Amino acid sequence: MTLLKVENLTVEFPSRRGTLTAIEDVCLTVAPGEILGMVGESGAGKSMTGAAIIGLIEPPGRIARGQILLNGSRIDNLGREDMRRVRGRQIGAIFQDPLTSLNPVLTVGEQLIETIQTHLKLSRSAARERAIDWLRRVGIPAPEKRVDTYPHQYSGGMRQRVVIALALCAEPRLIIADEPTTALDVSVQAQIIALLRKLCKETGASVILVTHDMGVIAETADRVAVMYAGRVIEVGAVADVLRAPRHPYTAGLMASIPRIGEKPDILPQIDGAMPRLNARPEGCAFNPRCPKRMEVCARLRPDLVADAQGEVACHLFSKELAT
Amino acid sequence: MMHPDDRPLLEVSGLRKSFDLSKPFINRLIERSERQFVKAVDGVDFTIQRGQTLSLVGESGCGKSTVAKLIMGLSRPSGGSIRFEGTELADQPAGKPAQLRRRMQMIFQDPYASLNPRWRVARIIAEPMKSFATHPDPGKRRKEVDRLLEFVGLSAADGDKFPHEFSGGQRQRISIARAISTKPEFLVCDEPTSALDVSVQAQILNLMRELQRELGLTYLFISHDLAVVNYISDWIGVMYLGRLVELAPAAEIFAKPQHPYTRLLLDTVPDISMVNRDMDRPAGEVPNPITPPPGCHFHPRCVHADARCKAQMPDFIASATGHARCHAVQEGRLSPIAERAALRGAV
Repeated sequence: MTLLKVENLTVEFPSRRGTLTAIEDVCLTVAPGEILGMVGESGAGKSMTGAAIIGLIEPPGRIARGQILLNGSRIDNLGREDMRRVRGRQIGAIFQDPLTSLNPVLTVGEQLIETIQTHLKLSRSAARERAIDWLRRVGIPAPEKRVDTYPHQYSGGMRQRVVIALALCAEPRLIIADEPTTALDVSVQAQIIALLRKLCKETGASVILVTHDMGVIAETADRVAVMYAGRVIEVGAVADVLRAPRHPYTAGLMASIPRIGEKPDILPQIDGAMPRLNARPEGCAFNPRCPKRMEVCARLRPDLVADAQGEVACHLFSKELAT
Repeated sequence: MMHPDDRPLLEVSGLRKSFDLSKPFINRLIERSERQFVKAVDGVDFTIQRGQTLSLVGESGCGKSTVAKLIMGLSRPSGGSIRFEGTELADQPAGKPAQLRRRMQMIFQDPYASLNPRWRVARIIAEPMKSFATHPDPGKRRKEVDRLLEFVGLSAADGDKFPHEFSGGQRQRISIARAISTKPEFLVCDEPTSALDVSVQAQILNLMRELQRELGLTYLFISHDLAVVNYISDWIGVMYLGRLVELAPAAEIFAKPQHPYTRLLLDTVPDISMVNRDMDRPAGEVPNPITPPPGCHFHPRCVHADARCKAQMPDFIASATGHARCHAVQEGRLSPIAERAALRGAV
């Protein structure tokens, strides 16, 4: 039983100097009620994957290959109007900066009522009741009064709560949350993460949580997909991937994060940087930085292979499977 | 590295900075409003020993970056003193005395904004040497630039490129090369890794520690990331609304946090060793610094607050591990938290 199935999704940007491939052959599944974390460094393609799912890729970018299935039906080839109905009603979105996600000249209530009435057949007064109810559920004090105030009258954390209410108010089955806490302070971040988790458990919505922060993933997600240079390279249960990462990149990434209570003389580091879009190496994109590189890695691109522990795209594991 | 005299390299005491947010005079007259000030830094005291790293942590708006700017002379303090090797800097005009300013340099957060996009890297790195006349001869200066580039992990040929040809991590290496080009002893690092990806962050942190070992540098490190601060620091100061609330050795502050705010920060920082933990989340946000709460600024968010906390600002006095600004700690009202390191490890 899957809610969302992404198969071989490839997004390309044609440019004068040739076609740039932002994400390549991305395969993902999300089960109902599940929180899937997507991590990776800037440019790994995690936000692009989220944008593709919600149908918000800016031209000239386009989905070149693959398909996206929501509840078994394709949503990647829908027209503008059809996709607009899917967005909000079936897929909600939460973006990084709560100030730019809200319309500054409309009251918070107007924005909620508009979203609710667009997707649900409700009278204005019923929609208003529901808007107030959602503000209460996301923890806004005195929602009957705050519903008629403007976004600038809210603090950063409160604004992000409003954005969460906006994303959830049409009762979508899937939420794409792209760096929802990056603009917030740590103590507020913790509150927002807890709220997002609680509401999704209550409403049964699934979440794709895009972030660069492994700590946020650890505390929020059920499963995690690690991306590198436009591809998913490892997928597994959060506890497995964090404690026993298998792909050398994931292992290097986990080791390079400083931890409270540990103070090594030298922090393990991965040398180099992620290749740019136009300079991805042949074979496995990680091979020039990989401490366990083999001859085959520079030649052949490893596929994402599933086994009992999860999925990993690395020749170290594909060979073991073959023998 | 030991130095003959063991007086601190940097002594900051009673440092204050307030910004005037008042409306124009006419508006004040018509609206009958008072002048308005925000106390960004309100009485901060600390010292840094030569060769050590002191970090200031806190959430946005707590004044940590303002402290950095005051020390570097990028902003004039409203009060208090900053002594560098005993010389008072607080009342000096910007950039003076030049000989002391040469010995203090700064690394900024955003490597995209802190390098001139129209200058080649060699010129960027050479500029401080030129303005402080440490290498008057252009040939020797270029040689030194090449040496610095290699020292920070780039190649001499990179000097002819422009900043846009480099990734974020490489740009931060260029910033570091520029900062150490005048052979400073003291570096102020304002969130130097916040704009970087984690794998690159590790490279830059390692480079900074290596520089400290090889050049005997002293750091003032500003960050909001407790784990980074834990890795790089000898001493840690926690700031809240313009004041230091706790100052203690790095190892102690995480094992035995005293101030309730330090405990809150430690409890809320997402940690990769805490898979799907469920715990009570602290309520509230940092209040508006223009109208901070009376008494202890932290009391509205503090579970231990009593009548005294609401009325009287606690002093910054000695605690079990260092210094703390909390009535509850001073009165022994806080339950001494068992070794938290043990607790965090047991997952």
